[in-house]
Amino acid sequence: MAEKKPDYASLKKGGFMRQKQKGYFSLRLQVVGGNLTAENIRTVSEVADQYGKGYVHMTSRQGIEIPFIRFEDIEEVKEKLSEGGVKPGVCGPRVRTVTACQGSAVCPSGCIDTYALAKELDAHYFGRDLPHKFKFGVTGCQNNCLKAEENDLGIKGGMIVDYKEDVCIQCGVCVKACRENALATEDGKIVIDREKCNHCGRCVKSCPTDAWEGESGYIVSFGGLFGNKIYQGETLLPIIKDKETLFRVADAAIGYFEENARPGERFRLMLLRIGEEEFRKVITGAYYGRD
Amino acid sequence: MDEIKFDEQVDITDKVCPMTFVKAKVSIDELEDGEVLAIRMNDGEPVQNVPRSMKEEGHKILKLTDNEDGTYTLYVRKVEE
Repeated sequence: MAEKKPDYASLKKGGFMRQKQKGYFSLRLQVVGGNLTAENIRTVSEVADQYGKGYVHMTSRQGIEIPFIRFEDIEEVKEKLSEGGVKPGVCGPRVRTVTACQGSAVCPSGCIDTYALAKELDAHYFGRDLPHKFKFGVTGCQNNCLKAEENDLGIKGGMIVDYKEDVCIQCGVCVKACRENALATEDGKIVIDREKCNHCGRCVKSCPTDAWEGESGYIVSFGGLFGNKIYQGETLLPIIKDKETLFRVADAAIGYFEENARPGERFRLMLLRIGEEEFRKVITGAYYGRD
Repeated sequence: MDEIKFDEQVDITDKVCPMTFVKAKVSIDELEDGEVLAIRMNDGEPVQNVPRSMKEEGHKILKLTDNEDGTYTLYVRKVEE
C-alpha cells in the first residue's frame, strides 16, 4: 500500500502546523475568548501525554498547540479531542481565533461582556476563507489588556456617559478618577468636556451615587498588524451603541477585505495600497445602516 | 464646605498599589456599621482607584477633599454586608 501523502494545505486549515521535524505536526486548538473548560484541559492533557511529548505550547493569541503529533495519529487525535469537546483551530488565510479578555462578566473594569461577544464573532466568522489571515480581538475597556489595536479588527468596550445632576453629591471622586481630564468642578457642579471623553467609564464605575450613568458601547479599530510589519489599528468610527450595528460594520469591513485584497495581502497593507477613502465610506455607510 | 465628622482615620500615603487598598480595607473592616473612616491618600493612582474600590466593596463614599499638599482625604461610611 502506497504511503499516504499529507495534504499540507488542508492540514493547515485544520490547525496542523508542519514542524521542522519530519512527519510531526503541532496541533493548534480552537480556543474562543481565551476560555477552556476543565474537561477541555483534561482532554488536551491526555492527548499531549498519549500522542505528543507531554507538553503544550501557549500561543501569543490565547491558543494552545500540542506539538509532536505524528501524521499517522492525526485522525485518532481529532476524534479523541472531539470527545472532550475540543476542536482543532485554523492557520492560513482565514479568520483566526477570536481573542478576548475576561470582560464585564468577571472584571470590575469591564464595560462589555467580551466572552459572549467573542463567541458570537466566532460563530459568525471563525475559519472564513479570506485573502490572508484576519484577526479579531475583544477587550473590555480602555485598560486594553487584550490589545485591541493589534488586530485586523479590534473591539474595545466603552461607555457613553450621562450626568444626573440631581443625584450628584459633588464628592469630587469622578473628577480624579477621570484620566483624560474631561471632568471639572465648576460652581459646585461637575462639567464634562465631551471632546476629551474617551468613553472609559471610570466616572460611572467610581461614582458613589450613580450620578454618572453609562451605556455600554463598542470602540472599533481597523487594520492592526503586529508581525513583520507593525501598524496600530485605527478607530475610524464613533463609538457603536448596539451589537446589530457592530456586526453590520464588521461584515462590511471583512467583505471589503475579501473583495479588494490581493491573495496574501493583509488588511492594513491593502488599505495602504488602495487608500482608506473608499473603505471609510463603506464602513461609515454600514455604521449608519446604509447599504 | 462643612467639615465631615469621622470616627477613625488612616493614612495610606506610605503604601503603593495594591497595598493602598489593602490598608484602607483593613481599617474599614475594623469599624462598626455606619461609622465614617477618613483615608488620606496620595494624588495619582491611589486617588484614581481607591474610591472606586471602596464603592465596589459596598461602602458609601461621602466626600473627597484636596488637602493641597499632594494628598487627598476620602471620607467613607462603612456599610455592613
